[in-house]
Amino acid sequence: MAEALAFYTLSVLILGLAVAVITTPNTVHSVVFLVLNFLCVAVLYVFLQAEFLAVIQVLVYAGGIVVLYLFVVMLVNLGRSPEEHQDPRRLGLIGLGLSGAVLLELAGIIAYSYTREQSPPVTAAQASPVQGNIEELGWLLYTDYLIPFEVASVLLLVAMVGAIVLARRES
Amino acid sequence: MMEITPAHYTILSAALFSVGLIGVLVRRNIIIIFMAIELMLNAVNINLVAYANEVENLVGQVFVVFVIAVAAAEAAVGLGIILALFRNKETVNIDEMNVMRS
Amino acid sequence: MIETIVIPLLKIAVLLNAVLVSVTFMTLLERKVIAWAQSRLGPMRVGPYGVLQAIADPIKLILKEDITPVKADRMMFTLAPIISLVPALVVFAVVPFGGDELFYITDINVGLLFIISVTSIGVYGIILAGWASNSKYPLLASLRASAQLISYEIAVTMTLVSVILTAGTLSMVGIVQAQQDSGLWYGFVQPVAFVLVLIGGLAETNRAPFDMPEAEQELTGGFHTEYSGMRFALFFLAEYANMIVISAVVTVLFWGGWLRPFPSIDALAFLDLIPSWIWFFGKMFVFLYLFIWIRATLPRYRYDQLMRLGWKVLIPIAIGNIVVTGIAKVVL
Repeated sequence: MAEALAFYTLSVLILGLAVAVITTPNTVHSVVFLVLNFLCVAVLYVFLQAEFLAVIQVLVYAGGIVVLYLFVVMLVNLGRSPEEHQDPRRLGLIGLGLSGAVLLELAGIIAYSYTREQSPPVTAAQASPVQGNIEELGWLLYTDYLIPFEVASVLLLVAMVGAIVLARRES
Repeated sequence: MMEITPAHYTILSAALFSVGLIGVLVRRNIIIIFMAIELMLNAVNINLVAYANEVENLVGQVFVVFVIAVAAAEAAVGLGIILALFRNKETVNIDEMNVMRS
Repeated sequence: MIETIVIPLLKIAVLLNAVLVSVTFMTLLERKVIAWAQSRLGPMRVGPYGVLQAIADPIKLILKEDITPVKADRMMFTLAPIISLVPALVVFAVVPFGGDELFYITDINVGLLFIISVTSIGVYGIILAGWASNSKYPLLASLRASAQLISYEIAVTMTLVSVILTAGTLSMVGIVQAQQDSGLWYGFVQPVAFVLVLIGGLAETNRAPFDMPEAEQELTGGFHTEYSGMRFALFFLAEYANMIVISAVVTVLFWGGWLRPFPSIDALAFLDLIPSWIWFFGKMFVFLYLFIWIRATLPRYRYDQLMRLGWKVLIPIAIGNIVVTGIAKVVL
């Protein structure tokens, strides 16, 4: 009961804030709605027993990435609204329709796969030698997923160098 | 209705993904488009975490960690590109960024 | 029902009131200490030795006219002080003020990360305040402040990794218990990390000598130039609440939380007669006094010096500290 109540409240908040993000004319307001959206998603992770991810979501997404967006929004301070220029060849309505079609398709897939008989349950991972969410996650990251983990860190390094090169003013 | 199954999370995720898709396809401000992409990534993450909880296998959460890392890299480079474009063209409207179109 | 709802709510109410009241007396303490450092008397008029000044100041701020600039973005202008205050108060949920379960609201297994991540939300309050004011000095100050906060957040987080490595847990209670088991405060095990977190904490709370965001001589009043009345008071509350948070975190991580000095030496066992929460508040007060003392003593940094210190000194030392800690952990 309590879980259902929390889930529906959070879902309404997440979807409402997402709609607010893409419909608000003021970009700074959009960024604030995006932060609130990410915080709600973090709460959802807590319900799904992923405390570490919830905290990382707040720390990296809400506290890091979105601050970057806010900086860029302030740096590209426009005298005129970016939506003023309208390309006549642009087909916004068809885009809207296509998105609706994707939603229908996804809903159809979900409905179909749940009316079919249940597929055999996936076997759980073999017992991890450590206990607790963070410990197990760390264990997986540094054993089975060590190489992807290192590749991800190299990717971050490359992105950092790339961002600095792109944002630097040529003198 | 009262019991929350992974299907509920999948539906929420699909709806969030569609909202992000609408943002990408309909809006013309490139910063908003980037934010809509972040929404879509979050939709995927919700799915991964929900099913990781359902089958009691943490691999889904490991993938979310990677998604967040890649999103951070994407945001840094993408916003760098936006800044460089803005310096050249004084706009963030993607309809005006058509120098490659003949 | 009583266990899960009523008692936590009571604890939260007591804690919030305690924080807010202690903030008002912190302002008085700050004025008094700075006055003594400068051979003055400080506030003396209201009550004996000016003690009631702590009550008079909030009353003045509440009664003042609350002005919203005409060109300001109304929604964000109102939201910004709230955004900067709420994270500072939420963090207290995981701070253990004493050894007994009565003295903390909750103990979660990601406690330290929770503190780091929630405080990182506070930066929005500052950026939005500067932007929503629609005025050039607040905007410049808020860009400065957020760059400073983000830089030092990286340095502090990197430093805390070495503490987590030593303790082997992220839970705040667990970290204190690890210090009890090892018989040594981590201030002695990780002296470098202790100094780095203190410096980073000064910068993250925008305190002198790193109070660039509100450097009066350069920026008139910093990011809250356009604020007045209660909304200004909220920024004020947030700054002091953040000071208390940093003091509490440093106490837990490096000064053994509620433990007595040298918890492994039995000859000092008589010190246990003093309740654990008194130890905690005593240690916290030392750090709060240190913050004020530093403000009265050191001149302000220049902005480029501040950034150089953060990126070229603190972060490399923090990374080196992680490497040394890791090696020591494997070898010992």
